[in-house]
Amino acid sequence: MSEIRPELKYLTSHEWARLETDGTVTIGITDHAQEALGDVVFVETPEVGSTVNVGEETGVVESVKAASDIFSPVTGEVIAVNQLLEDEPETVNSSPFDDGWFFKVKPSDLSELEAALSAEDYKAAIEEE
Amino acid sequence: MLEETALVNVHREMGGKLVDFGGWNMPLHYGSQIEEHNWVRSDAGMFDVSHMTVVDIADAGEVNGEANNGARVFLRYLLANDVDKLKLDGKALYSGMLNTEGGVIDDLIVYKMAFGYRLVVNCATREKDLAWINKQAQAYAVTVSERPEMAMIAVQGPNARAKVHQLLNAEAIESLAIFQGAFLNKAERSDWFVARTGYTGEDGYEIMLPQAQAEGFWRELRAAGVAPCGLGARDTLRLEAGMNLYGHEMDEQTSPLVANMGWTVAWNPEDRDFIGRAVLEAEKAVGVSHKLVGLVLTERGVLREGQQVTLANGKASANDTDALETGVITSGTFSPTLGYSIALARVPVSFSGEVCVQVRNKLLPVALVKPCFVRNGQKVF
Repeated sequence: MSEIRPELKYLTSHEWARLETDGTVTIGITDHAQEALGDVVFVETPEVGSTVNVGEETGVVESVKAASDIFSPVTGEVIAVNQLLEDEPETVNSSPFDDGWFFKVKPSDLSELEAALSAEDYKAAIEEE
Repeated sequence: MLEETALVNVHREMGGKLVDFGGWNMPLHYGSQIEEHNWVRSDAGMFDVSHMTVVDIADAGEVNGEANNGARVFLRYLLANDVDKLKLDGKALYSGMLNTEGGVIDDLIVYKMAFGYRLVVNCATREKDLAWINKQAQAYAVTVSERPEMAMIAVQGPNARAKVHQLLNAEAIESLAIFQGAFLNKAERSDWFVARTGYTGEDGYEIMLPQAQAEGFWRELRAAGVAPCGLGARDTLRLEAGMNLYGHEMDEQTSPLVANMGWTVAWNPEDRDFIGRAVLEAEKAVGVSHKLVGLVLTERGVLREGQQVTLANGKASANDTDALETGVITSGTFSPTLGYSIALARVPVSFSGEVCVQVRNKLLPVALVKPCFVRNGQKVF
């Protein structure tokens, strides 16, 4: 069974979001997603300084098997991307919730995050797949 | 309900991620497809390929006390390659089995055996293959017998043969040439057929053995340091080796001449008729319209099946009509050995040099190369 962290928010498209103490939001893909994708070989993140909109594709993760779009659960400015993934995309497989994060956003409307799924709802969603 | 091989339990035990593969419950990987791929390129890996279909074609009875040659005569008509190239028992040949329009019903390996011939055909095409073979066989003195009681294990990699020799009757197999097989001739394993063939671009064996003995041998191989590998790695390995996969590089609407299988069509002797010959000869006389090529993308991104291939920057070539022509990727993946993406593609014959592929929302330049990327662990283009 794949790991689901209770403190995070989720999208049905398998991204997780963590509200940091400084008010920024960190985004990555879930353990369930990395397991389904298999070995990740490329990650394309949005550029620092660009704006991402909720519900819009903001990047892509490619495994040996398939390509998958990345969506942001919040609208806002991208303030950091995970440089590690450029050279070591397999980090997404080994550490999806920690070292394998994708990008950080300064959110313009935090209520968007509240609309995302709770850990329990996400668990129910992947069980239905 | 999925079909299962004799090894399904040991796959589960060894951590295999089982998926529906053409109606069979088969391991996609055992943790990491890339690691398994690298094991085969650098050491030795094993694949359960028991889902493949083994069909024996034997001479039916004798005529005036002599074998009637029915199987030989039949296969010289059934297959585009010529089984008369097989001089010794155990020797093998790769061939297309064509329909009357010259399309490929399946690609297969045929072994010459003491009793006649043994075919190994694809699993996804099993039913239509058997129907076609049986229909064509009606006019010949042959028996057609599927051998579902056999399991098949492929052991591949630079150290694969040495590791197999530790476990089996090395004397019977170590002198085998490439594309040659032999029975083990050893008491409890006398009916095991070991062939020096494979689908990875590495040396190794494909071993046909009774189902009841498959799990024990799989465990012996594991103990000898052979890594279990899933069908995911098998696909990236065959693609790096530039080997066709039925339903991708060719199908019933594709001629072997545009699928890089021209070398498998035996035109001589000219008086040998085989199914599809007339159509292929006409196609050859006019000249083929397309060819199978390799594509290499060194930028970030992964080439995938179905993506369009166009001339670089959409510029018109010397021949204006070519500018409108496109090709298509038939198989694409990330190459673990090379560290970037490769693909096989069917493109107009005029395409050469640099071409472009529409990868998601970007038009990326890719190099067009011969359709073979890696052999025996080394880059070959």
